[in-house]
Amino acid sequence: MCLAIPGQIVDLHPGGHLATVDVSKVRCTINIDLLEEPPVSGEWVLIHVGFAMNRISAERAAEQLRLLAMLGEDAQAMAELDGYAFDG
Amino acid sequence: MKYVDEFRNPQLIRQASEEIHRLADPARHYRIMEVCGGHTHAIYRFALADLLPPNIELVHGPGCPVCVLPMGRIDEGLSVIEHHNAIFTTFGDVMRVPGRHGSPLEHKARGADIRMVYSPLDALRLARTNPERHVVFFAIGFETTAPSTALTLQRARNLGVTNFSVFSNHVTIVPAIRAILESPDMRLDAFIGPGHVSTVIGARPFAFIANDYRKPVVISGFEPLDLLQSLVMVLRQLRDGRAEVENQYDRVVPWEGNLPALRVMADVFELRPYFEWRGLGFISQSALKLRPAYAAWDAEARFAMPAVQVTDPKAAQCGEVLKGVLKPHQCKLFGRECTPERPVGALMVSSEGACAAYFSYVHRRVAAAV
Repeated sequence: MCLAIPGQIVDLHPGGHLATVDVSKVRCTINIDLLEEPPVSGEWVLIHVGFAMNRISAERAAEQLRLLAMLGEDAQAMAELDGYAFDG
Repeated sequence: MKYVDEFRNPQLIRQASEEIHRLADPARHYRIMEVCGGHTHAIYRFALADLLPPNIELVHGPGCPVCVLPMGRIDEGLSVIEHHNAIFTTFGDVMRVPGRHGSPLEHKARGADIRMVYSPLDALRLARTNPERHVVFFAIGFETTAPSTALTLQRARNLGVTNFSVFSNHVTIVPAIRAILESPDMRLDAFIGPGHVSTVIGARPFAFIANDYRKPVVISGFEPLDLLQSLVMVLRQLRDGRAEVENQYDRVVPWEGNLPALRVMADVFELRPYFEWRGLGFISQSALKLRPAYAAWDAEARFAMPAVQVTDPKAAQCGEVLKGVLKPHQCKLFGRECTPERPVGALMVSSEGACAAYFSYVHRRVAAAV
């Protein structure tokens, strides 16, 4: 809950609230309303409970993914992404 | 330093560890609190204490939201389903936290409609797809998750969803740190500040620790090297007699925080006059409730919720562990009656809880060695 999951923006949904992200080949929908500026495709964000909380560099994203694996929380993180079930 | 070679950057880890040994004055005993449960998890997972001199003691702080939640709040939240045939939703971490009559998971096993969600927006969607039912979301977390709950409530209001409410258990980290600093048995020398909470609130709110209490604070990332570098920065401040807020995690944490997140929180939430924290007691202005404008979505305003006061099981010493007075394994129940599989106290539930982290990494290692 307190460790963020990194995701790469793949697609912005019409309406401006949602985006599709890719995390290690898993795709899911997240909310982007908490970012100051809308992200663009290819950018990386840190995700908490379905919301992009801030932009990060690709290098920081890789670091965060590695950290989740080192802490043994990567499977749980992927289950979380897979579990997001909102569409609006 | 037997574990150093397992790290990604063993050379840098070794250097940081050596620098810590150089900086630590052998005549002193250092008590440094890591505030965040994620840091506690990382410290145990990477056995970082093995890389420190024995006179540096890491004290685990209150930054694990399920750990500091008084047991009565679980019972209060569950009372909504008993009386109103509602669907109870919450995060996985809460599912296993014991209430007086069992955890949400145990209530579910007995037939209650309780569903784990990964996002508050999932709970809102459940309300929209079940218009004949009421859906209550048991919200929990520090400032990392509070903006998401707030934004979900804005969505509910904008969409006119009336069969949805939030039972807010959101807490804020700064008053808890202040309470620890004001406590009469306070013997801390410095703080490792939380990483991801600070991406929302920024580094600025921690300035009072340095300015008012003359204690160093270093906001830290979560990798082993981050934590060791943060300890180096803390020890340099202590050596020089400085008390400042430094940001080791500045690649992610901005000084000002996340302004849209702070705005949405300010729109939806206001401070409660006081809130009970397990182990720390009642702390004024330390938790978030919904503003009157959101009363229609506030479970506490909509439903008569019993103010349940439940004392922890007598033998459990969660409070002492939370305050750093006892180490996890010094609790009478640790590893016997209380295990991650059958937790008695919440510190054994979450991977960010000191007891669960200690059990998973230290206890098993010791047990394997014997």
